[in-house]
Amino acid sequence: MSRLLPLPVVVPLLGAALTLVLGRWPRLQRAISVTGLSTTLVVAAVLLVQAYRHGPVVLAVGAWPPPVGIVLVADQLAALMLVVSSAVTLCVLLYSIGQRQAEIGENAPVTIYHPTYLVLTAGVTNAFLAGDLFNLFVAFEILLAASFVLITLGGTEVRIRTGSTYVVVSILSSMVFLAAVGLVYAATGTLNMAQLAQRLDALPEGVRLALQVALLLAFGVKAAVFPLSAWLPDSYPTAPAPVTAVFAGLLTKVGVYAVIRTETLLFPGGQVSRLLMVVAGLTMLVGILGAVAQSDMKRLFSFTLVSHIGYMIFGVALSTVAGLAGAIFYVVHHITIQTTLFLVAGLVELRAGSTDLRRLGGLARMAPLLGVLFFVPAMNLAGVPPFSGFLGKLGLLQAGVTAGGALPLALVAAGTLTSLLTLYVASRVWNIAFWREPRLATEEPAVRLPATMVGATVALIVLGLALTVAAGPLFDVTADAATDLRDRTPYIRAVFPGGTP
Amino acid sequence: MNGGGAGPTAVLVVAVGVLVSCGVRLLLERSLTRILLGIVLLGNGVNLLIMMGGRSGGAPVVGTGPVDRMSDPLPQAMVLTSIVITFGLTAFLLAVAYRSWYLTGDDEVPDDVEDRQIVRRAERDEVATADLGGEGPGADPEQVDPEPARRRLRRGDGVA
Repeated sequence: MSRLLPLPVVVPLLGAALTLVLGRWPRLQRAISVTGLSTTLVVAAVLLVQAYRHGPVVLAVGAWPPPVGIVLVADQLAALMLVVSSAVTLCVLLYSIGQRQAEIGENAPVTIYHPTYLVLTAGVTNAFLAGDLFNLFVAFEILLAASFVLITLGGTEVRIRTGSTYVVVSILSSMVFLAAVGLVYAATGTLNMAQLAQRLDALPEGVRLALQVALLLAFGVKAAVFPLSAWLPDSYPTAPAPVTAVFAGLLTKVGVYAVIRTETLLFPGGQVSRLLMVVAGLTMLVGILGAVAQSDMKRLFSFTLVSHIGYMIFGVALSTVAGLAGAIFYVVHHITIQTTLFLVAGLVELRAGSTDLRRLGGLARMAPLLGVLFFVPAMNLAGVPPFSGFLGKLGLLQAGVTAGGALPLALVAAGTLTSLLTLYVASRVWNIAFWREPRLATEEPAVRLPATMVGATVALIVLGLALTVAAGPLFDVTADAATDLRDRTPYIRAVFPGGTP
Repeated sequence: MNGGGAGPTAVLVVAVGVLVSCGVRLLLERSLTRILLGIVLLGNGVNLLIMMGGRSGGAPVVGTGPVDRMSDPLPQAMVLTSIVITFGLTAFLLAVAYRSWYLTGDDEVPDDVEDRQIVRRAERDEVATADLGGEGPGADPEQVDPEPARRRLRRGDGVA
């Protein structure tokens, strides 16, 4: 079973090499990408079942035993993230194939798109599977390098302007991460996460705290947590729609995943939980207030993205099983929904020629299907019952109330307010773009919406609804994953069956 | 470098400090070329920092000397990896700077959209558009909005 473990990383990388060589044959390129990502999805599902039934799946790469060689670990959290991310990347790939066929002129197809996209996927899956801090760093670099190419795709003036900010901020956060990795190694003499879990416990309190904050700083930039989030709304919206969608869905969540790992496996005990809670509350409120003031759909969704990262950080900061379970559920929900919303924004842009709310109107009458496609995920994001957004928020708020104390309760209030403001923002977009009288910009359809794009969006919406229907079993898995994370022993014992050296 | 076991030399520590602080200073510039130089310096500083994390000593090859006097090979392997990565990212950033210069004539990082909007509004003394939900005052003949009050210039503000 553990032989399957490298496949989610290796298959996309091989696919990237093949699609690069076969750049002249677009049809073959598309077939390879779709096959590669479908394989990844199947393998991820098998790994999740295995991890749920029999505990973490571990592979020592190159058969070097753990503390010397590097390990890949798929525990329930990693496997769950793997399944969701592969499903989302596959849908976005299909969407972008549809878009490529529809677009002409400045947005003409670029041969480099498929290889880069596959490298990005490999980076994301590697980050989830990494059982070694340096391997995690390399995974981040893989996905960042690919994302740099994707965000500046075509090299137009706007994309270069926003891309340069994104590139510099990302490199800076990588430097912080690298320095933290170096310091962790200097303090403990290892980078294997299971071994670190033991050795970090033995360090003096101050050193531990410094290392923890350094790592959280690096991951905080990637996850776009409030004081470190200003780069996101400025750089994401200018990229092509599928690229923005996959960035919004996955890249920030990789950061959240890294925060969860740091806070549970490496530094349990919640030394900085108060700090994390304050930061989470500010992320929620500042993000959603930003969204209220926006007049462009893509920028608006970028702000809701930042805002809802706060919910996940809140769950992590509670560091109870219920809080963690809620946070993991919310990550799964948010990956799906936020990606869907950006895909819908892409469809609106294609249909109406703009995503600027001042130029839109009457879409519900002219394109009823588009209206439904927007309405369902938007209400889901806002947390209207019975959707998964409601269930996720309810889980987190319940965990907050159970934890008690002034700060968690203040955060519960902030979370409720954010949820209401999200509803306000979603209904505002609905009223302006879909409900009011048609505007000039929306009258003549530029092109018919390609069936592939609509199909991929529908598939993601169905996935979002499936999360609602299957919320019970899914909460079982996340609660189980959270219990394992809190215990730490299942992970450590899986990596070192004969005890930690 | 001093012999095996002892801590890092002061030279190395100072070098890291100088590289990182120069790097940070350059990162605060607006021109991408300077930012690029800053990233190069910062990257090298961090690489040296990693080198200090391991024990120094003889070449870590089995059979060339006693094992406890060998240097730690792991930080060296990590530094090699990170040098390659920094090199790649630097090359990419250089390409971005070149493209920016090609398109706009300079490689400065401009203000973002929001900032420029706020500056524009402040100059015209406008309030931000509150909600776009209605049809706007222009579309509704019944609605008459007063002109925004002009800001009264204080005496001595200098009406040139």
